[in-house]
Amino acid sequence: MNPVNYLYLAALLFTIGAAGVLIRRNAIVVFMCIELMLNACNLAFVVFARMHGNLDGQIIAFFTMVVAAAEVVVGLAIIVSIFRTRHTASVDDASLMKL
Amino acid sequence: MTGLAAAASTTSLGEAVQFWILGTVAVIGALCTILMKRAVHSALSLAGTMIVLAVFYLANGAYFLGVVQIVVYTGAIMMLFLFVVMLVGVTAADSLKETLKGQRWLAAGLGLGFGILLIAGIGNASLRHFDGLGQANAGGNVQGLAALIFTKYVFAFEATGALLITAAVGAMVLTHRERTERATSQRERSQARVRAGKQVPPLPAPGVYARHNAVDIPGLLPDGTPSELTVNPTLRARGQIRDVSGEALTGVKELERRSEDWLERDSGPRSSSAAPGPAAPKEEAKK
Repeated sequence: MNPVNYLYLAALLFTIGAAGVLIRRNAIVVFMCIELMLNACNLAFVVFARMHGNLDGQIIAFFTMVVAAAEVVVGLAIIVSIFRTRHTASVDDASLMKL
Repeated sequence: MTGLAAAASTTSLGEAVQFWILGTVAVIGALCTILMKRAVHSALSLAGTMIVLAVFYLANGAYFLGVVQIVVYTGAIMMLFLFVVMLVGVTAADSLKETLKGQRWLAAGLGLGFGILLIAGIGNASLRHFDGLGQANAGGNVQGLAALIFTKYVFAFEATGALLITAAVGAMVLTHRERTERATSQRERSQARVRAGKQVPPLPAPGVYARHNAVDIPGLLPDGTPSELTVNPTLRARGQIRDVSGEALTGVKELERRSEDWLERDSGPRSSSAAPGPAAPKEEAKK
């Protein structure tokens, strides 16, 4: 098996995540799909690091993880505050900037 | 295995077997994430996919990232997701009403096209050989990463610190709620209750004396009907009330039938002659 298969898997996972963002309307599930896409990118970075024989790809994946952690914290806080004002987590109902 | 040859073009058989088995699991988990109706099931599927990805990181020589993936992603981020799902409501399923007509099929078609383009792009690239991490990982994976982070990527690393602090402050600002009016004290609430005169003493307790003491069982009024007031409003709104008011009557009836069997009395004439028969259990319930 060639490690390029990992890249195909990463592309597949990214595609599934992107389709999920388009299909689902529960804000939390949309957020999970974004996490899935980030993870697929991380896998591609790690495999690239192995292909090129240096650790730069792993560093980028590490930074992606840090940014993803920060993003999850802020995003979930936004979802919670939307839920507080609108009593729903559907992205369709959050159509106005203000209540 | 990974980097002994300078430029290998194939991995070991064990890794191939691992890839095909766990890769299937990862794709199934990802599909379940977007297809499950409830957010909790989606979160658990995604956690499974992330664990599989951690194993793939380990297989690709990213030992540090594999452990961080499990600790940070499955340990912290997914639990944060589950926490918010619990906060927002486990039962909050997606609405099936389509706001845009045909949006689902259009989105699925777009996803399919995007995937074909992406995979075809990777297929066209010439990625026959790989170097392996044997040389880069020679001094240890963590040491190698640390050497890079604190030399070449030190500014990005410091920016990351600023980002994390900003995110923490942002989360606190977003979820903080400023109190617009003063909180009412216990004395004021009790005075308001007396002034309103609707329910001055505490609300009656749930449960049926000596039979049930669960919070979802309404207490019975003197005439045997359940009282809605005794059950928590949250349970009332969810419709999770267990009504046991009929149980006492059937229990008494069963007891009477058994006692008559045991005393070998013929219940035939009694039930036909006793007109107040149906009223008798009601008497029991009143006590």
